[in-house]
Amino acid sequence: MSYNNFTLETDADGIVTMIIDVPDQTMNVWTPDFINEFDTFIDDFNANDDMKGLVVTSGKANAFLAGADLNMMSEHNAAGKALTKEAFEDSRKLTLALRKMENGGWTTRQIQREGKKAKPAAAAIEGLALGGGLEICLATHQRFVADNPKIKLGLPEVMVGLLPGAGGTQRTMRLMGLQPAAMMCTQGKNLNPQKAKAQGLVHEVVEAGTTAEAAKAWVKANIEKGVVAPWDVKGFKIPGGGGAMNPKSVQFFMASGAMALEQTKRNYPAVEAILSCLYEGSIVPMDTALLIESKYITKLLMGATSKNMIRTLFLNKNAADKGAGRPEGVPPQDIKKVGVLGCGLMGAGIAHVTAKAGMEVISLDRNMEEAQKAIAYSQKILDKKVKRGRMTQEKADAFLALITPTDDYNMLKDVDLIIEAVFERPDVKADVIKKTEAVIGKDIVFATNTSTLPIGGLAKNSSRPDQYIGMHFFSPVDKMPLLEIIPHEGTGDLALAVALDYNKKIRKTPIIVKDVRGFFTNQVFPPYINEAALMVTEGVSMALIENCAANLGLPIGPLAVSDDTTLKLGYDIMKSTQEEMGDKYVPTGAEEFIENMVTKWDRGGRRLGAGFYNYDENGKRLDLWKGMTKHYPLAETQPSAEEVSQRLLYSLVAPSARTYAEGVVPNPQSADLGAIFGLGFPPYTGGPLSYIDTIGLDAYVATADMLAQRHGARFTPPKLLRDMAKKGETFYKDSTPSKHKTYTKSALNRMLEVEVVKIANAMGIAASVDDLKADTVAKVLAAQAGETVA
Amino acid sequence: MTEAYIYDAVRTPRGKGKSDGSLHEITPVNLAAQVLEAVRDRNNIDSSEVEDIAFGCVSPVGEQGAVVTRSAILQAGYAETTSGIQVNRFCGSGLEASNIAAAKVMAGECDMAIGGGVEHMSRVPMGSDGGAMATDPAVAIANYFVPQGVSADLIATKYGFSRDDLDAYAVESHKRAAKAWAEGRFDKSIVPVKDILGLTVLDKDETIRPDTNMQSLGALNPSFKMMGENFGFDNVANQRYPGIEKIKHVHHAGNSSGIVDGAAAILIGNKETGERLGLKPRARIRSMASIGSEPTIMLTGPEFAAQKALKRAGMNVNDIDIYELNEAFAAVVLRFMQALEIDHSNINVNGGAIAMGHPLGATGAMILGTMVDELERADKETSLVTLCIGGGMGTATIIERV
Repeated sequence: MSYNNFTLETDADGIVTMIIDVPDQTMNVWTPDFINEFDTFIDDFNANDDMKGLVVTSGKANAFLAGADLNMMSEHNAAGKALTKEAFEDSRKLTLALRKMENGGWTTRQIQREGKKAKPAAAAIEGLALGGGLEICLATHQRFVADNPKIKLGLPEVMVGLLPGAGGTQRTMRLMGLQPAAMMCTQGKNLNPQKAKAQGLVHEVVEAGTTAEAAKAWVKANIEKGVVAPWDVKGFKIPGGGGAMNPKSVQFFMASGAMALEQTKRNYPAVEAILSCLYEGSIVPMDTALLIESKYITKLLMGATSKNMIRTLFLNKNAADKGAGRPEGVPPQDIKKVGVLGCGLMGAGIAHVTAKAGMEVISLDRNMEEAQKAIAYSQKILDKKVKRGRMTQEKADAFLALITPTDDYNMLKDVDLIIEAVFERPDVKADVIKKTEAVIGKDIVFATNTSTLPIGGLAKNSSRPDQYIGMHFFSPVDKMPLLEIIPHEGTGDLALAVALDYNKKIRKTPIIVKDVRGFFTNQVFPPYINEAALMVTEGVSMALIENCAANLGLPIGPLAVSDDTTLKLGYDIMKSTQEEMGDKYVPTGAEEFIENMVTKWDRGGRRLGAGFYNYDENGKRLDLWKGMTKHYPLAETQPSAEEVSQRLLYSLVAPSARTYAEGVVPNPQSADLGAIFGLGFPPYTGGPLSYIDTIGLDAYVATADMLAQRHGARFTPPKLLRDMAKKGETFYKDSTPSKHKTYTKSALNRMLEVEVVKIANAMGIAASVDDLKADTVAKVLAAQAGETVA
Repeated sequence: MTEAYIYDAVRTPRGKGKSDGSLHEITPVNLAAQVLEAVRDRNNIDSSEVEDIAFGCVSPVGEQGAVVTRSAILQAGYAETTSGIQVNRFCGSGLEASNIAAAKVMAGECDMAIGGGVEHMSRVPMGSDGGAMATDPAVAIANYFVPQGVSADLIATKYGFSRDDLDAYAVESHKRAAKAWAEGRFDKSIVPVKDILGLTVLDKDETIRPDTNMQSLGALNPSFKMMGENFGFDNVANQRYPGIEKIKHVHHAGNSSGIVDGAAAILIGNKETGERLGLKPRARIRSMASIGSEPTIMLTGPEFAAQKALKRAGMNVNDIDIYELNEAFAAVVLRFMQALEIDHSNINVNGGAIAMGHPLGATGAMILGTMVDELERADKETSLVTLCIGGGMGTATIIERV
């Protein structure tokens, strides 16, 4: 028999070597076709006496097998769809095929009572094995890995809201014990071959290029006696103290549950599902354990989280990182040397990431003393790495040698790109443009880093406005993953292509944004900060605001982040905006409060020693400022946590929807990526527009209208969204339109009552906000259950 | 419906729940059997008159497993017709077992029954029975499980009790317990525990420290700080109670209940049978109630159980002469007093578990017995007995002196 996804070579001993080489893929991945073929092969292998043993290996040079095809996972995502028993059974094909390889197709009873054994199977791993790629290895009886520390072995499914669902949770636990398995599966971190061996995940680490040979030798030695997986032997105990029913495991499960909750705030169901797989799976035999695991991954696939995470954090991010939106006609630009103008915090950070990507950097400032700051900045980061053993001194020296500090514009004459990051004042920027353009080649693209100034205005100072473009880096540049690229109206294709090609080298996630005040991120973020400030003035407990933000999955509370960026900065921007816009300035309502905080109460932010929080002399955050209640007494009736969370979330979602409707970002993907990677918008949502798709546009419009009525027009949904809701459209074509959606109980419980009522009404259930929310939720669930059965 | 009367109440002294505690050598079955023997012998009744016995036990495994009540019945030499059941409602088990005995009488299932409990914490440590509540991720995570100590600290933080408030309460508990012993207030119900040779091994509660003061308590480190801060439980509680900025860890070994060994039994029956056997009723059960409450803060159940029991009895808070609430943690009692506006002089008048210890499965029956004695001694009429319970529950019983 011949297969498309792998070739088979049988030697004189009857040992079959399976060389996996999935067509049309740079790396091997599990596709539906590959799974079908593998299943067919294993049946044949188990039945055919001519085949005595199996070595599994890869035909691709770069990797063994990189996991499941996420495009397939995305397409097969059952979110919002009814599940049939047949569909569930079908989804288990890989799990069951791997199990048949492991147990020879015998039942555990046959193995334990009749002494049946499997034919030996071994994995020869010469490159990375991740996710389903590692899971096939774990289902063989012996694993040989090449001695190359760069080889990654891991189960990263949790990063996209899934779990290792082809036996990964069960076999890691049975090989390594509860805690190491939990770490590996819930954190998604990789192991290198030596560490994997130390933890018992693989058996042998051998010289690169010899794994197949070693695997074959092992298989040959085991053909006669046959093999039984350790966990199919009666009396098997999970290493390190046994399973969940062992008293020694109590502490592990108590602590791991709490710690998971601390990290996920119940927003990432995959982490909980993995812990459940470990707990429940450790109590039962392997076949039942695998069934439980299959059910948990199916549950995850039916939820919105994995779909949103796969879409935004993987598919859309990869597309953006590869340069989506790059003008087609321009050949790839090779950028080797970059002139960075300004050596302040931003300039030095840009120089650092540029050098890190292997490019030469000319760091220019007005004098040598200032220019040296670019070196000092990188030096500090590199010293830390060397000290921690993450980098050799030679590499650090070579890195630093790439950055040349200077105060001489002539040094810029042969650079391939200019990135200017001087003081944010048009006159300063104009001066630098003039001096630079006098020196650089006439085709060289000039990018300006700015967070506030319109690019078109600055471009007027350029003699080559078509080569002028905006780049908004985020601070700290070496940590923040987003780059806003802002072509102004006259920017040409070359400039955009160069910006994207440069970005590809520094490996940020780019979004292309229209040249309007605040671009995307700085239009979305201030309303969030303002909303929190307004709540404080209304007498909402500051602890409640901060904790609700944390529970939403935001990395830091709005009051803490206000302190960090300083209220003083917010105040200055507010003043200058008011000045510039004059009559057109739209008040946020928080003006007086911010003015008081900065000018009257001396609470301008962390750097200034006090803000919403108190700080010690080293700037360490202490407790919330109790004095606030003197000025804004606590409201006697505090809003529910649900209301506060919703208001905070919508304060970010509403401007995201508005900017999208206004065309500030070209597509929903950019808004979602920008919000997650630029502002820390909760990743499990897939971004603000994915969030709207998840709850349904009509539910969003209803809630936003309600919030607008209660709190102000800033929440009013744009017309585009109203129209889309009316037509039953979604932002993404793979989203389930509202009327076909199914909701989980926890999702419904999280929603505001008005949203639940809206959903109920759409399903033809008579419900209103006067009913108990729990009753409405129950009705929706009952109606859905009816639908599923039908 | 038939009225249920309490005819007698006995308990062992509480022994320190460690291997150097006086009761460590006694088996749990033997400990339980000794209170059953006492009930039979003090009242001079034919044990076959006792139709059923319900005993609370929170860790019913190992030597406390397999329906410890039945083993104790046989060990005590009761008639083989006396059946036994083991009840677990965590810390409310002993009271719940008494309520079950009372309910059996009220329902006409039994004429005479015994409720009570046993917990030998030095031999069968707390948590020996495992369970899903704290460990199964599908249960623990979904319900924001935190250990009880963190819940107690959450109560103190949320309702504004300082470490000093709690310590002052604890000092008073020891004082009251010491005074109660000095005045012989427990004499009626205490059954000294004897060894297999018939020698007395313990005749007084072992953990009371009358000289406890603010200073000695002040030296103790908070017990649940590390658990709360390092293992994520504070954050878990905070997710459920986002209005709280930071949980203050104010409970410690000195203002929380002690771990002890002990057993108790309450003889309950209907009027006719009592008369026939020549027994004098000491109290009547007015009402009983159990309720669930929010499980993360966990220990606020007594407030709601008390209100439910009062409502069932057609009474209000002021109709109760003395309250008895198990001193699981000082904040639990302070919150109960705050919520129902009860004066400290009307609650836990003879001290409680902070001084004398909390043998989980037995405590409910012990404090019910304490109130039977106290109503008679102080010439009072009504008492409400209640306990906070793991998983967010409360059980309460109202009794009236006859």
